[in-house]
Amino acid sequence: MLPQQLLNALTLGSVYALFALGFTLMFGVLGVINLSHGAVFMVGSYAALFFVNHFHLPLWLALLSAMAISGCLGLLIDVLILKPLRARNAPHLIPMIATIGVAITLSSAAQGIFGAEIMRFPEGTIPTGEFTFGDVHVRAIEIGIVAISLAVMAILFTALRRTQVGRALRAIAESPKSAALLGINVEGLFRATAFIAGALGGAAGVLIGLDFNAITPLMGQPILHKGIAVIILGGMGDIRGSLIAGLFLGFAEVMSKAYLSSQMGDAVAFGMLFLILLVRPSGLFGRVLERKA
Amino acid sequence: MSVLLNVEDLAVTYGHIEAVKGISFQLQAGEITALVGANGAGKSTTLLALSGLLRAVRGRILFEDEDITRLAPHEIVRRGVVQVAEGRAILATLSVGENLALGAYSRRDRAGIATSLEEVFHLFPRLQQRISQLAGNLSGGEQQMLAIGRALMAKPRLLLLDEPSMGLAPLLVQDIFRTLVTINESGLTVLLVEQNVRQALRIARQGYVIETGRVVLADSGANLLHDPRVAEAYLGG
Ligand SMILES: Nc1ncnc2c1ncn2[C@@H]1O[C@H](COP(=O)(O)OP(=O)(O)OP(=O)(O)O)[C@@H](O)[C@H]1O
Ligand SMILES: [Mg+2]
Repeated sequence: MLPQQLLNALTLGSVYALFALGFTLMFGVLGVINLSHGAVFMVGSYAALFFVNHFHLPLWLALLSAMAISGCLGLLIDVLILKPLRARNAPHLIPMIATIGVAITLSSAAQGIFGAEIMRFPEGTIPTGEFTFGDVHVRAIEIGIVAISLAVMAILFTALRRTQVGRALRAIAESPKSAALLGINVEGLFRATAFIAGALGGAAGVLIGLDFNAITPLMGQPILHKGIAVIILGGMGDIRGSLIAGLFLGFAEVMSKAYLSSQMGDAVAFGMLFLILLVRPSGLFGRVLERKA
Repeated sequence: MSVLLNVEDLAVTYGHIEAVKGISFQLQAGEITALVGANGAGKSTTLLALSGLLRAVRGRILFEDEDITRLAPHEIVRRGVVQVAEGRAILATLSVGENLALGAYSRRDRAGIATSLEEVFHLFPRLQQRISQLAGNLSGGEQQMLAIGRALMAKPRLLLLDEPSMGLAPLLVQDIFRTLVTINESGLTVLLVEQNVRQALRIARQGYVIETGRVVLADSGANLLHDPRVAEAYLGG
């Protein structure tokens, strides 16, 4: 039983981490707690479903197209909402509240367009292959989910560490003003970050949609809370921290559902989170840095 | 002599408060020019406007006869106008090496960047020893060396320095000023903002004194150094 649960936990945890990564990037680079990230995630899910249903795209192509759509959505949110607020030096809470508005708008729109009921990928879209190791059953789709999540995170992590653009993003995270004085196009990288974060959120949406094979207009809400928990636990803006915290939350949730109470899984997971934060208020990798001008 | 930077009637406001009230000055190519004045006179505001971080509400900034007043900060850096901002301008969460690499952000010539790095290490050997350390763990003096070294990595045509000697021990201040002279002798034009008025005027060919957002005195460094008005206000009588 345990190996089976560990596998489920790894699947769920890696998607959480992927979701939280976009959230973390937005917070780290733009300094915005983007509460529309859950809705972007939902849009990613619907976009993939739409591409499969109407254009009969293969799954991988539907995933990439959904990432492009949710990336553009992230970019649009930055250009239309966050940028004007930046230009007016709006205090921190304002963009956060604005993104709540975006989230509500997007989920209402999804309800209007697709209806409130659960939608599923058509028969045969999701690979049904299964491998058996002893008494552990591994669904092919789970392998795909874990592999895609970890690969995307590894690429991003390496890019941030090793490339000039990655260094520039970390420079902006510390001080947009210093970054600008180095010749970094700060506004341009804000837009790039908003696109990438949206695409990551959309990818997570597609993967969760595939894992549970259930897509609803409100599916972004619970994962948004988990995303917030993950970035706090991971130390606000720390990529490595979100990865580990995402996996941790997946494990906590699956294990408590399996061994404690199937209804109380989230409560137990969030309770543990609270206890950790009591001991380490700045998160696992907490260097809570006050950002310079 | 040719004019590298020409500032005409520059005015900058914070909200409704005019911090810089229409100042004009010129930088001669290849020279050190000092901009001195008391706290709050508007020196940093002027430099930030030159770099495009603050918008001019009036006036023009011409760099090599090109109007750069409305350019974005990164465009201005690309033209070769590079600033070492006030205070500890380094990126504390990045390593020394990463800070230096970012200094060359607007450049693509790999070979030239490698040469610049060697020159910076020659100027500040200590940076080479600390290359993989986090910049935030450097001493104050080392951080200032890093800030200057990083600016040089951009291969600037004009270096803007905002109080490079701030908060440093007297011996280190000497070092920094000597380094500035060396850098200048290699042909780089420097605009130096300083509280350390005596030292700054000593190495500057030309100097401007600003008070509450206006240029009140302009002369050669040597003349200003011996000007009784400067002596009284800034050199302790
Ligand atoms: N961000 C800001 N918002 C509002 N007013 C500001 C801001 N920054 C500076 N000021 C004001 O503008 C004026 C000029 O400030 P500035 O920083 O340019 O002075 P400075 O000459 O660099 O002084 P110092 O030698 O202390 O660095 C001051 O009156 C200051 O209070
Ligand atoms: Mg100043």
